[in-house]
Amino acid sequence: MAPQKTETLPIKTASDIVAARQAVRLWAAEMKFSLVDQTKIVTATSELARNTVQHGGGGHMVMSIVESGIHQGLHLVFEDKGPGIADVEAAMRDGFTTAGGMGLGLSGSKRLMSQFTIETKVGEGTRVAVTRWK
Amino acid sequence: MSKLAEIFQKHQDDIVADWSKGMSSANRRKDLISDADLKAQSTELFAAIAKASKTGSLSDIEGSDWREVREILSSISASRAKQGFTPTETASFVLSLKQPVNSRLRKEMAKDPEGLIDETTTANGLIDKMALHTSEAFLTTREQLIARQQEDMLELSTPVVKLWDGILALPVIGTLDSARTQVVMESLLKTIVETNSKIAIIDITGVPTVDTLVAQHLLKTITAARLMGAECIISGIRPQIAQTIVHLGINLNDIITKSKMADAFALALQRTGKIVVSMNKAAAPKKTEHGKDN
Repeated sequence: MAPQKTETLPIKTASDIVAARQAVRLWAAEMKFSLVDQTKIVTATSELARNTVQHGGGGHMVMSIVESGIHQGLHLVFEDKGPGIADVEAAMRDGFTTAGGMGLGLSGSKRLMSQFTIETKVGEGTRVAVTRWK
Repeated sequence: MSKLAEIFQKHQDDIVADWSKGMSSANRRKDLISDADLKAQSTELFAAIAKASKTGSLSDIEGSDWREVREILSSISASRAKQGFTPTETASFVLSLKQPVNSRLRKEMAKDPEGLIDETTTANGLIDKMALHTSEAFLTTREQLIARQQEDMLELSTPVVKLWDGILALPVIGTLDSARTQVVMESLLKTIVETNSKIAIIDITGVPTVDTLVAQHLLKTITAARLMGAECIISGIRPQIAQTIVHLGINLNDIITKSKMADAFALALQRTGKIVVSMNKAAAPKKTEHGKDN
């Protein structure tokens, strides 16, 4: 599953979130995802990028086009060197929030994407990898 | 007066001539600035430097003696930025003064090597500071421009329009970040009071992404409006946005939503006890049909 095309974007400020959304929208459109799928991917990007900025203290996003058999997918990795998540199970629950938000960012992104993995270690950082297959 | 300042006074014309000559061979953008303009700029700048060095400190250009030099540097930087120079090119213009000054010093102080080193260090430090000043001025100009554009956008992007007596519409366009939402919310609430409106339609057709933050901002605005006795209708929810909201798990059950602004307006009229009727009875059925498509 070697990526065909890769790009890394910094996610440090609120304007980086906008830039990340635009880049992902562009790639998703180029890959001919349907409008609904494009919107889902972009929305998940928005949620995860905001988490990277708000909770992770900034990091980066790696976007790549991956292939599995005849399927093509958009693979996004959000990485930060922030404080990590102490209770991942709680963080993945609907309505759980520490920043006064709706608490739907992580769980919602999981529902919006085809694959979702989260690796986190307290004090070391968080890595969220998501893929949307066509 | 230091030796350097003396040399500045005495050989002003020679140094400017050397400077211009050096510049015409290297780092010159002939496409952007003419030789005559360049010559005029360097003459003006060096005259100011010579004047300032007579009375001012040579290690610090922040003092009042150097005010004129700073102003000239800033204006050169601003005008060059407009002409399309990069900050590096503008700084190089100032830095290229080093060569003529150093060679002049070498000629004048050949008999005093120690003094020469001192004066060369001072001169280089001085020129570096001036070059940095141009870069800083360049950035300041840019930042001011960006800040002004941001303010303009905040003002422009949140018009609250009155559709009918007691009915307001707020077409939101672009990204709803927290700074903008604050402005949107304030102007909407203010207009609700001013116009004594009962219903406000928030149209999000122009919002490209509705994520949890945007939804939360919308819900807060709606709750605030409700506290003031006004009901909000959200319109412009496109199919892809609707599906995304469902997947995200955002609960908009308590909110009245419509896919089209026209539907929201029809509902608002109904709620305020008004009805739109056709003037021509014969053409009425056809017109309604047409109206539905809009």
